[in-house]
Amino acid sequence: MLKIDNVTISYKKVPAVLDFSLDMKPGQIISLVGESGSGKTTVIRAVLGLLAGGGAITKGDILFDGESLLSKTPEQWRSLRGSDISMIFQDSGAMMNPTRKIGSVFTEYLQTHEKISRKDAWAKGEEMLRKMRLPSPDNVMGSYPFQLSGGMRQRVGIAMAMTYQPRLLLADEPTSALDVTTQAQIVRQMMELRDTYGTGIIVVTHNLGVAAYMSDYIVVMKNGHIEDQGDRDHILHHSENEYTRTLLSAVPSMEREQGGEKDV
Amino acid sequence: MCENNEVILEARHVTKRFPASGGRTLVANHDINLKFQKGKTLGLVGESGCGKSTFMRFLVSLDTPSEGEILYRGRDITKLRGEELRQSRQHIQMVFQDPTSSFNPKMRIRDIVCEPLLNFGRITKKEKDAACRRLLEMVELPGDFADRYPHNMSGGQRQRVAIARALALEPEILILDEATSALDVSVQKTIIELIVKLQREKNITIGFICHDISLIQSCADQVAVMYLGNVVEVLPAKDLAKNAKHPYTKALIGSIFDISMDFSKPIESIEGEAPSPLDVPAGCPFRGRCPKATTRCAAEQPKLRTVEAGHEVACHLLDEEGKNKTGASALTGRI
Repeated sequence: MLKIDNVTISYKKVPAVLDFSLDMKPGQIISLVGESGSGKTTVIRAVLGLLAGGGAITKGDILFDGESLLSKTPEQWRSLRGSDISMIFQDSGAMMNPTRKIGSVFTEYLQTHEKISRKDAWAKGEEMLRKMRLPSPDNVMGSYPFQLSGGMRQRVGIAMAMTYQPRLLLADEPTSALDVTTQAQIVRQMMELRDTYGTGIIVVTHNLGVAAYMSDYIVVMKNGHIEDQGDRDHILHHSENEYTRTLLSAVPSMEREQGGEKDV
Repeated sequence: MCENNEVILEARHVTKRFPASGGRTLVANHDINLKFQKGKTLGLVGESGCGKSTFMRFLVSLDTPSEGEILYRGRDITKLRGEELRQSRQHIQMVFQDPTSSFNPKMRIRDIVCEPLLNFGRITKKEKDAACRRLLEMVELPGDFADRYPHNMSGGQRQRVAIARALALEPEILILDEATSALDVSVQKTIIELIVKLQREKNITIGFICHDISLIQSCADQVAVMYLGNVVEVLPAKDLAKNAKHPYTKALIGSIFDISMDFSKPIESIEGEAPSPLDVPAGCPFRGRCPKATTRCAAEQPKLRTVEAGHEVACHLLDEEGKNKTGASALTGRI
């Protein structure tokens, strides 16, 4: 479905991602993991054509259903975003206008994608919020982003992104700003999206536990290139790569004995 | 393992109320009793807004509680004023989450690290170079970093400088407020190793605030779990995985994504989110999300009870022996 072919992305001529390739099938969940500055966010922003501040793809191509995304006109891009490919950000509250209510933002979003009356759009929005199991959707529609908790804002973001049942969902650290119990709820909900709608998901995360739990395939990035990749079992148990192992050993674990860091 | 240890810092019945809009009151801490033992680490874990940072700020005298006292070696530090308060600050120091915002960006590392020493007249200006070098080497940084500015360093290096500054006065107690949360995992590991090493060398008592319960269990001796301003469970860190009794502690542990977990099982998680601390429900603060809540939970707030040595739980569902009254297997089976 999505093929990233040997892509190099540079910010103002300084390469941030080097020779990145990825082949994704429909309904697959892929995680990009790595430490800060490894270029994981840059990769998924490039897929959506949303590279920040002077970023450009200087080499390679990105194919969606066999068509190059890079040669698309701005209009074609616009029709693709939100309907075939959509994105969830780390804090969905930050992408919404703080002075407008959720309902107003949501209806505007729906009206740019389809010819629909304001009233119908409102109802559709509410329906989506209900599907994402937000408590009292009418209340949420009438709230400002700051009135909602982080978990609720994230659910609103997922509801918006999933309205048109995209085939590809890009999630940039979707649970990093959340508390652990909320994180577990959101992760579960994202995995249900795949089961219900067959959505393929690329998750960018620094949490190896989340990556391992969610994904079929894990890509480990370091300094802009792919350091290691493979399915979960390979990465967690059979990887020969030194960096992957260092990363894994640095993750604090409940199961492991305390001995590693401190003798009892 | 800790019965005979000396308690050097103790919080007694600490309550903090903040005035909120509309004449309401926000209870950030409700009747907190905790003991810090010499040379040990007390971990404080909980979700955002549970009052863990508010509590730690009392320990370093950045704020005072509405009620209750904090005894450092038998003296209530919340009542200290003026020069006495200033002098007492030497004993309890703090490392913050984000060193970029706790450092003055226009000061060189040498001035940052040596400022506390100069403030308390421990060194003269001439001795700054040597003192700074010694402190930087203690946190495993090259001495040449003295001439740098905070923005010339990585996050992990800055956090080392923050530790060096906090330890410059050789305090007895070090408070770490999410000190590793902004760092990458591999850097986090090296910082934790450094802290543990320094703790052993200098016999420092540490109060460690963190939202990551698996990190807490790997580096603390005793863990206190907080929920909505209340301490709901206190237990030895080594027992955390096997012996946690409070449903909230279990839920916290259950919702961790662990790289060594069983991936075929669905992740356990409690539904809903913590209510706003402005309207804490009457009775047990956790009852709204507790799968086992009874009418008793709504009527009266459970008190912390000792269930075994070093292990206290505040939950009606447990009787004195620490066994579940209703369906022990059902609850433990979830985790």
